[in-house]
Amino acid sequence: MSEIALTQAPAHARHGSNIGQPLTRRDGVLKVTGAARYAADNHPPGMLHAVLAISRIARGRVAFLDVAAAGAHPGVVAVMTPANAPKLAVDPEVKTHPFVFRIDVLQNDRVRYAHQPIAVVIAETLEAATEGAALLAPRYETEPAQTGLDGDDGFVPPVLGAGQPAVLRHGDVAAGLAAAARRIEATYATPAQYHNAMEPHAIVAAWDGGRLLIDTPSQGLVLARARIAELFGLEPGHVLIRSPFLGGGFGSKGLLTGPQVLGIMAARLVGRPVKLVLRREQMFGPVGHRAPTRQTLRLGTDADGRLTALDHHTRTATSRFDDFIEPCGGVSHTLYAAAAIATTHEAVRRDTGTPNFMRAPGEASGSAALESAIDEMADACGMDPLAFRLHNYAEVEPVSGKPFSSKALRACYAEGAARFGWARRPRAPRQMRDAGGRLVGWGVGTATFPALMFQAEARAVLRRDGTAIMESGAHDMGQGAWTALAQIAADALGLEIGQVEFRAGASDLPDAGIAGGSAHTATAGIAIHGAGADAIARLAALAVGDERSPLFGAGNAGVVARGGRLHRSDDAARSESYADILARAGLAEIQGQGRSAADPAAQTRYAMHAHGAVFAEVTVDPALGQMRVTRLLGAFAAGRLINPRLVRSQYYGGMIWGVSFALHERAVMDPRTGRPMNPNFAAYHVPVNADIPAIDAILVEEHDPHVNALGIKGVGEIGITGTAAAIANAIWHATGVRPRRFPVMPHEVVALMA
Amino acid sequence: MNSFEYVRPATIAEAVAAGAAPGAAFLAGGTNLLDLLKGDLMRPTRLVDVTRLAELGRIERLPGGGVRIGALVRNADLAHDQPFASDFPAVAEALLSGASAQVRNAATVGGNLLQRTRCVWFYDVASACNRRAPGTGCDARGGEGRGDAVLGWSEACIATHPSDFCVPLVALDAVVEIAGPAGRREVPLDLFHRLPGDAPERDSVLAPGELVVAVRLPPEAAAFAAHARYLKLRERTSFAFAVVSAAAALRMEAGGIVAARIALGGVAAKPWRARAAEDVLAGARPDGTVFRRAAEAALADARPSGPDATRIELARRIVARALALAAAGTPARVPALPASPFAPIPGAAAHV
Repeated sequence: MSEIALTQAPAHARHGSNIGQPLTRRDGVLKVTGAARYAADNHPPGMLHAVLAISRIARGRVAFLDVAAAGAHPGVVAVMTPANAPKLAVDPEVKTHPFVFRIDVLQNDRVRYAHQPIAVVIAETLEAATEGAALLAPRYETEPAQTGLDGDDGFVPPVLGAGQPAVLRHGDVAAGLAAAARRIEATYATPAQYHNAMEPHAIVAAWDGGRLLIDTPSQGLVLARARIAELFGLEPGHVLIRSPFLGGGFGSKGLLTGPQVLGIMAARLVGRPVKLVLRREQMFGPVGHRAPTRQTLRLGTDADGRLTALDHHTRTATSRFDDFIEPCGGVSHTLYAAAAIATTHEAVRRDTGTPNFMRAPGEASGSAALESAIDEMADACGMDPLAFRLHNYAEVEPVSGKPFSSKALRACYAEGAARFGWARRPRAPRQMRDAGGRLVGWGVGTATFPALMFQAEARAVLRRDGTAIMESGAHDMGQGAWTALAQIAADALGLEIGQVEFRAGASDLPDAGIAGGSAHTATAGIAIHGAGADAIARLAALAVGDERSPLFGAGNAGVVARGGRLHRSDDAARSESYADILARAGLAEIQGQGRSAADPAAQTRYAMHAHGAVFAEVTVDPALGQMRVTRLLGAFAAGRLINPRLVRSQYYGGMIWGVSFALHERAVMDPRTGRPMNPNFAAYHVPVNADIPAIDAILVEEHDPHVNALGIKGVGEIGITGTAAAIANAIWHATGVRPRRFPVMPHEVVALMA
Repeated sequence: MNSFEYVRPATIAEAVAAGAAPGAAFLAGGTNLLDLLKGDLMRPTRLVDVTRLAELGRIERLPGGGVRIGALVRNADLAHDQPFASDFPAVAEALLSGASAQVRNAATVGGNLLQRTRCVWFYDVASACNRRAPGTGCDARGGEGRGDAVLGWSEACIATHPSDFCVPLVALDAVVEIAGPAGRREVPLDLFHRLPGDAPERDSVLAPGELVVAVRLPPEAAAFAAHARYLKLRERTSFAFAVVSAAAALRMEAGGIVAARIALGGVAAKPWRARAAEDVLAGARPDGTVFRRAAEAALADARPSGPDATRIELARRIVARALALAAAGTPARVPALPASPFAPIPGAAAHV
């Protein structure tokens, strides 16, 4: 049993139904007071510090490490290199599971990308380990490295990121384009971006014989436990991972990374607990990234402005040694009722770390291109871009022909447009200026993200004192799982939230699935809901079958759980407390189990997606090209919202990342060496407060009876989709020039306007 | 760990003596030096912490209207010193446009002058960099070229000086007071930073042991207070180094320009005084045409050091814009977005 539980009372009491209430984060006080224990805050007795040495070349081999100099440095306990690294039970090059990625954990001297770990120095202090790592002074045999997307070596991958097909054709695109009255073709470029959670990857690993205790941030505890057990030849039950709080994940903590494995290996090598924390620059290499893309969109419409064809081709990159192909075409499958749709992907192999899931993988980059192209097509048709989108609105999912389980996108467009004031937008560009004479433009982008669901379990325990425990190995990456899932638990158990001890964030709790794909609240929440219902059902069975209970004989009428009591459904006055039922039965507690999984029948019948519309106002200095998103408004429909305060926060975070995508964020790779040249927050720009002067989100009402038992679609990723294009479209509307390279930089806008 | 000696002198004389030793570095706010240490980019053997030299922490009014700013005055304290900001508004605006509030609270006047370049190749230990490691070469040549110098660069180095503060200072004829083993000396700020030539490792004219003790602005500098601005093009709205920047100060009488002071930032290894542009403006009526002519004069000698020449035109435009803003008059208070193109434009209507 994990000792990690959050029993602290919420900031305000809430009586009655919890789902749907905007509770503040239950872990908020712990976080603002510094009491929340993140992985790197753990310091078990005898702990040593490990520091990675990373490669400064992108391809070749390590020819020499001055292990003697590093080892001789005072305080250094061990230097782990391929010569002495502990052997693993399975070869990390072997893909034992579709979601196992090849990692670099000192099994040989080969270098496959810049910033690859090439040694680990373990010392009594962080400073000694850091200096030891510097003293290794590696020498390399360097081979020419290649980054970027240029070249004639593209290949069609067998599958994309999460298993989607690389090529999908619906209808005859060539015929649709040939028959079109108007056509556009444009190529959009997106850069490599690196996940940079505030909390870098960190691990504290402590071996106890054949058992292993690990503190590390994880978005997928059970997958991580299985991978660790496999790599080190352990029983999964002998590995305990604690991950109560993550300082952000964004996909980079979904699957176990090489540096985390190195921390465990280091602890085994020295026989003492070891802590390993990545430096910021070490985040730019071994822990995944969003691959660069070059996307070519070809669209055609008939004379009436209806799409006859939509062709979306993506060129992207993966590593030399593994496959993660950014699935950009997915957004083109669902948004517009084009008569013919084709999405194709090709990839090149480059000397970088393997790309990985990064917030809205595929949809973020794909919607940046698609929603820019739709804007260009609307302009070619002489139509308002929002009117054009409504004109081509997909009533059913175009590529599958399935009806949507629900789709309130029209309401998103309408409510967003109304609040934004879209009706006042002149259709032509360069028509609006602010008081200082700066150019002002308005743009819109459609947001979409699939409603996914994984498998999970949960366990509920009703106790004789009237309180309960709910257990779920769920992950709080900062999004508020400690709060939202506890709200679901409280409602499922018919208790106040303060009466439920919610346990999460450890691998010995029931598997809550991976916290990714915007599916965690649905996946974990439905298991929790089921566990609560199961416990209540068992409790009810005790009561209605016991003639001493006021509920005796209510089996047909049924009972309702509320406020710690079961009530007859047909006579609320007849009730009994949980405590009394358990006491009479002589039971200390009663347990319930819950499971969740996607319903294949519903998936076969319906297309399931969340939708939204993002409206942006951008102000552009006409001479200097400096840009600012002066207003940003999103309207999103994502089914049932468990906690609107947290949902709004997710939308804001996603939209702010959309601003980053549009205007700021990019990894600069030196094409001569393959090294990232801006691996720090001074040079790798993300928005600051001054870049987000006004942001708003509308929570559009949407009822979805099909998507899952709670009607939840997920909100974690949709905010970034559509936003980058809305901003680029606003830049066009402000300036009359069309930026097609992200991020849009001042000097490029100036050059385009020249 | 990498050991170094840490000394905390009580007097300037002690500091100079301690700083004269080979491998010594002066430590003040540490906002740049500590990053350089952590990045293994500098390995001083002795840190001479000068932060206890209280006499360097004062802002002194000088007879006749000048000001003497102690080297340890914090950027934030100087920017928020009301008499100073009134007399030298472009300097205050430049200070407040730099870094973040937290950095400005720690960073010092002397440290600002002596901060190292932000050239990304300088910060990448694996790259060749003549400024960081003399004789190794310059990997910035042939790089992306977006932050590189367009004035005063050499084959050995194309890095730029990142300071905002220094740009209006050099425009206003600031003088640097230096204490050293050979006694005191003064150097005009315009001669303080070195162009790279064939020795880019030497950022400034300071000799070993020499310590910046103060920066002085002459009385004449305050005469520009009514028409003085700093403007900075950035790739985000705040907390970013300049793509290019300009300080413009005008002395105006009867609607005409009597004297002009112009300097550019982000274009060279030093804050770049544009005297030829000033000459264009002296005696002229302020209008867009003459501002553009001045801007062209300011960049007359510019040539790209890499593939991207757009920054030369951007530099011209920011000079012209800074001049227009200065001519419109110094705002009563520093804008909430200091030096930003998004700050309110004087004379523009408050509402559409």
